[in-house]
Amino acid sequence: MHKDLNILVVEADQAKAQEILQALQDGGWNNATVLSSASALERTLQQQDPDIILIDLANPDRDTLEHLCFVSNARSRPVAMFVDQTDAAMTQAAISSGLSAYVVNGLQKDRIKPVLETAIARFKMITKMQTELEAAKQALADRKTIDRAKGLLIAARGISEDEAYSLLRKTAMDQGRKVIDVATALVTAAELLQ
Amino acid sequence: MKMTRINCGYLPLVDCAPLIIAKELSFAAEEGLDLQLMKQPSWSALRDRLAFGQIQFAHMLSPMPVAMSLGLGGVATRIDALMVLSVNGTVIGISAALDQQLQAIGWRNSFSTPQATSAALFEVSTQRLRIGVPFPFSMHRMLLETWLSQAPGYAAERIEIVTVPPPKMAEAVRDGTLDMFCVGEPWGTVAVQQSDATLVLPGSSIWEFAPEKVLGVHHDWAEQNQETCQAMIRALSKAANWLDQPRNTPLAVSILARSQHLDLPEQAIDPALTHRLTTKLGQSPRQTDHFLRFYQSAANFPWRSQASWIADFLSGWHGLEVEPARDAARACFRTDLYRAALAPIGVELPGASEKIEGAMGRPTAVSSTMGEMILGPDGFFNGAVFDFTSAKLPKN
Repeated sequence: MHKDLNILVVEADQAKAQEILQALQDGGWNNATVLSSASALERTLQQQDPDIILIDLANPDRDTLEHLCFVSNARSRPVAMFVDQTDAAMTQAAISSGLSAYVVNGLQKDRIKPVLETAIARFKMITKMQTELEAAKQALADRKTIDRAKGLLIAARGISEDEAYSLLRKTAMDQGRKVIDVATALVTAAELLQ
Repeated sequence: MKMTRINCGYLPLVDCAPLIIAKELSFAAEEGLDLQLMKQPSWSALRDRLAFGQIQFAHMLSPMPVAMSLGLGGVATRIDALMVLSVNGTVIGISAALDQQLQAIGWRNSFSTPQATSAALFEVSTQRLRIGVPFPFSMHRMLLETWLSQAPGYAAERIEIVTVPPPKMAEAVRDGTLDMFCVGEPWGTVAVQQSDATLVLPGSSIWEFAPEKVLGVHHDWAEQNQETCQAMIRALSKAANWLDQPRNTPLAVSILARSQHLDLPEQAIDPALTHRLTTKLGQSPRQTDHFLRFYQSAANFPWRSQASWIADFLSGWHGLEVEPARDAARACFRTDLYRAALAPIGVELPGASEKIEGAMGRPTAVSSTMGEMILGPDGFFNGAVFDFTSAKLPKN
């Protein structure tokens, strides 16, 4: 019914782009396409004539899109979502989720809103997943470093594993540092001395 | 001392050096500022984060605060420029193919002849010249138009200016997407090294004293946090002064290369700070006076006449009324806060807050708060002069 909007997603990360497309399809917008780089943006705008462009707030290609808003002679000029400040809450939600949107052809607001809500929700989920994944990777890397530091202490001082960890923790507390920082310093020093 | 934590957004370019030096050499800490530098992926992202208060200060292209205050681009927000962070520092380059075409008609690159170069460009080009700049509201685009529009054979449809993120400039020149570009360092040097591009002019050969980056701040926030703003101005003024002493240059290159904020090797930073640029692969570097200025000649002073110059471009592009645009622009350049911050610590300041842009063909003594100071040169390549204090509109 009202979901025949032509949506363009500018996103280089394929997995992320698929996520967003899926979310839009689940919401009933089947006419969404992905562009991986802004280098062909102007041509795509003319050929495809999208109603809404969705792009990551942090995407470096945003500056190219901004240029098209202001300088291009293209028939359809995109307008940054933030220009219309009537819905401040929506704008804030978009920014904190990492989404920026551009509206083409003066599309009416009641038609933009559901698309943005869907995209914002998915952007939030992706950001959360990425953060969690990075946290998990970091935790794993930290554990390896701490294990190596414990190993060094066990070998150098002939103490048990538990004692080695206690020593690391006590040193960290005494110096007001994190255990991982002390462990990293120890591993680095040991590598230098080898 | 109680430290005030402030977030400052920046783009990783050589000319963000005053921010890094203010942090690494503790000029900010001495002013009671816990300065957090936050790298931004694009000018648009930096602009939005400043508008929405996620950062309090920003390293901005000089036309950005004026454009934002005029409601051009993103959310309309009153953004002020507290000071100029750097003067000049951009380069104009061409693709290897275009270089060959120019050589074929007898053009020789001296990296200093704007008029001969633009005449040659329009003589050889049969198609529209595609020229890359980092952002629509940039001094880069203003300098290009100032320069090319005066050339014989120029017509608006003979050039097309497009925005390309600086790290992608070299690639765009190599794959033929761009014929030319105007960009800040290190990206000109990178284009020479990676794409066999030729640097044909420093930005300073078009305007010898072009305000390139400014320190942007939300107007309302500045009103409520004047002391923090003044502390930031003092910290950056000291950092800029330190940077502009030739004896500090090798150390500056080394600090900037080691700093995690820039993530660039020494050889990418060195040309801009030593003013010695290699314009073509395999050639020896050329000494370029005033290539990038951080402090000397009152480089940091936010001249209201510079704001007017920028406003005239923006009104031309977007069909705005000239006088209201100039008034809005002048109000953005906060000479009042700048003076209040630096007069008490004995920094020499110019007597006036506006000057006739382009009038100083050579270094010139002018009246200052302490008697006399040397300003300039600030000439334009074609001798143009912009007097915004006179009633009639300037002629270019």
